[in-house]
Amino acid sequence: MTRPNGSRWAAPARPVWEEPPGRAGLAAKGTVLVLACLAVLFPLWIVVVTSLSSKKTITETGGLVVVPRDLTFLAYQELLSGGQVTRAAVVSVLVTLTGTLFSMTVSVLCAYGLSRPGSTGHRFILLTLMATMFFGAGLIPTYLLVQTLGLTDTYLALILPSAVSVFNILVLRGFFMGVSPELVDSARIDGAGDLRILWQIVMPLSRAVIAVITLFYAVGYWSAWFNASIYLSDQNMMPLQNVLIQLAQKQEIPVGLGQAVKAGDLSGLAVQMAVMVLALLPVAVLSPFVQKHFRKGVLTGAVKG
Amino acid sequence: MTTLDTQTAEPAAPAATGRTPRDRRRGGRRSRTTGHVPLGRRLRRDRALLLMTVPALVLVVVFNYVPILGNVVAFQDYDPYVSANGVTAMLESPWVGLAQFERVFSDPGFWHAVENTLVLFLLQLVLFFPVPIALALLVNSLLRPRLRAFVQAVLYLPHFFSWVLVVTVFQQILGGAGIIAQTLRQHGHEGFDLMTDPAVFKFLVTAEGVWKDAGWGVIVFLAALAAVNQDLYEAAAMDGAGRGRRMWHVTLPALRPVIALLLVLRVGDALTVGFEQLLLQRDAVGPGAAEVLDTFVWWTGLRSQDFSYAAAAGLVKGVVGLVLVLSANKTAHLMGEQGVYRK
Repeated sequence: MTRPNGSRWAAPARPVWEEPPGRAGLAAKGTVLVLACLAVLFPLWIVVVTSLSSKKTITETGGLVVVPRDLTFLAYQELLSGGQVTRAAVVSVLVTLTGTLFSMTVSVLCAYGLSRPGSTGHRFILLTLMATMFFGAGLIPTYLLVQTLGLTDTYLALILPSAVSVFNILVLRGFFMGVSPELVDSARIDGAGDLRILWQIVMPLSRAVIAVITLFYAVGYWSAWFNASIYLSDQNMMPLQNVLIQLAQKQEIPVGLGQAVKAGDLSGLAVQMAVMVLALLPVAVLSPFVQKHFRKGVLTGAVKG
Repeated sequence: MTTLDTQTAEPAAPAATGRTPRDRRRGGRRSRTTGHVPLGRRLRRDRALLLMTVPALVLVVVFNYVPILGNVVAFQDYDPYVSANGVTAMLESPWVGLAQFERVFSDPGFWHAVENTLVLFLLQLVLFFPVPIALALLVNSLLRPRLRAFVQAVLYLPHFFSWVLVVTVFQQILGGAGIIAQTLRQHGHEGFDLMTDPAVFKFLVTAEGVWKDAGWGVIVFLAALAAVNQDLYEAAAMDGAGRGRRMWHVTLPALRPVIALLLVLRVGDALTVGFEQLLLQRDAVGPGAAEVLDTFVWWTGLRSQDFSYAAAAGLVKGVVGLVLVLSANKTAHLMGEQGVYRK
C-alpha cells in the first residue's frame, strides 16, 4: 500500500461530543485489527512467495519461504506450458465464463419478469422459486436425476444443476423494483417493449447490483469442485480446483510435470503453491473492484429478503 | 402505432368488456393489480414478463422439484444396474416400505454423524457467531475512510476463496508438513499435525470458518451500525455517558434485531454445517471426527453405492432441516423481523 498523500488518509473531524481515544484503547484496537489483517494476508504472502522460489531457496529454508530471495517463474512456466494444469485452467476459465453468462442471462430476465408486482402469475412463480430456499431435494435424488438426463461426463453437469440461485434473483428483483416506475412508464409510452426497457433503462440503472451478482456467480463457478468430482470421471476434463485437491491432499504431482520436478530445479512445493495462486488470482483481483457495491447488493438480499 | 406486442389487442378491448380506461394504462402498478381483467387478456398483456421467467423457472423445476420425486428410492431397494437408466431402474426396483429408515435409525454411524453435526453447530455458534459483531464494532470505529475500506477489503477477501483453497492454505500453515511444524522441528522441537488430529479437528474447522467468512459477516452489522441515529450518541454523551455506556445503551440495542434475526436463521440451518469443507478433510482426519450428516449421505450413497439407504438418511435430514428452517422463520416473524421472505 503506498500512501498517495497525507490528506486522502486524514481522518474526518471527530464528532464534538466524542472524546478522543485513549492511548491504551487505540493500541488495543490497532493490535486486533492489524492481527486480523495479517491473519488473512500472511498465508497468502507465503503462498505467493513460495510459488516464486527456486528449489534451492525452499530446501535451504526447510520448507515454506517467508522472505523472498532469487525469485523465479519456473513453476508457472512449467504449469502453463501444456499438460494437466494448463488444461484444467482452460476448463475452469471456460466453464466460469459460459456459466456466468448463462446464469446472468437467465437470472436478469427472471428478475425483471418478476419485478412488477401484480402481473399475471407473479405470486405463483415467486413462491415456486422461493420455496426452494427452504428445502433441497437431497444429494442422492439429484445425482440420479443428472445421471438419468445423461449429463454425467459432460460440462453441462457443471453448469445446469446450479445455474440459478434464487437468492441472486431476489436481490436483482429488489433492485429492479426500485427503478422509478415513472421512468419505465414513460419508456413504454415512447413505445419500448419489456426487453428494451430492461436492456436500456433498468440494467444501466442497476449496474452496481449486476456487478455484485455477476461476481457471485463467477466465484461460484470458479470455486466449484464437488459437481466435477461426482459427475465427471475423465481426469482430462477436471477443472482447476479438482486438480488442486489431488495435488494438495494426495500429494500427487500433476501429469506431465513429474519429469521437471525430478530433474531438479523445480520444487514440488513451488508447483503446488503456483497452482494455488492460479486458483485464487482471478478472485483476489476482481473482488476489490466490486467491493464498494457489496453493502448495497448483499444487504437488500441478505437482510430484507 | 408501435410494435409493442400487447398493444395490438388493446384498443378494442375496453369497449368490448366495458372496463375503465385505467385498465389500458399498462405498466402502471395499479392496473396490474386490478383483479377483474379477464385472464386471457392479462396473459397477453404480461406475455413478455411471463416468458422472461420461463428459463429460470424450468431450471428450478427440473433441478429442485423433479429430484424430490427421486426420493422414492428411499422406500425401495434401489438397484441402479437393474435397468438402462435411473427412471426405469426406479420403476423396476422392489419396494421395501420403511425398511431403509429402520436401518438408518439403528445405525450407530448415523447417530454419530448427528452428534458431530450438532457439536460442530454449537461450536460455531459460540466461537464464530460473535466474531463478526466484534470486528464490525472495530471497523466501525475507524474514521479514516480509505483505511476503513482497505481493512474491509482484506477481511472480506477469503470469503471468495474456494474451500479447496482455504483447506489447502490451512494445511500449509498448520499441517504436519506445514510451516509452523517445520520451523519447530528445525529448532529441535517436536512437530505436530493439527490437520489429522481428531481431538482438535472441530476447533480447526471452526477456525477455518472464521478465517473464511467472519469478514463477510461484518457487512450486515456495519450496515446496521450505519443506520444508528447519531443524535442518540450525542444525547447520551450530553447526559454524561462515556464510551462504554454509549456502546452498551445505544450501539448494542441498535444491533439487537440483526443479531436476533441472524441467530434464529442460523439455528434453522443447524443440520447443514460445511459439507464441502468437511468432505475435503474427511480423508485426512477420518470419519470419526469429520462425519456430519451431509458427508454421511455422500459416503453411503455415492461411495458405497447404497443409494436407497443414503436417500433415506438424506430424507430424514431434509425433513428435520425443513422443520427447523420453517420454525426459525416463524420465530423471526414473531419477533417482528422479516425472516427469509417478506410476509
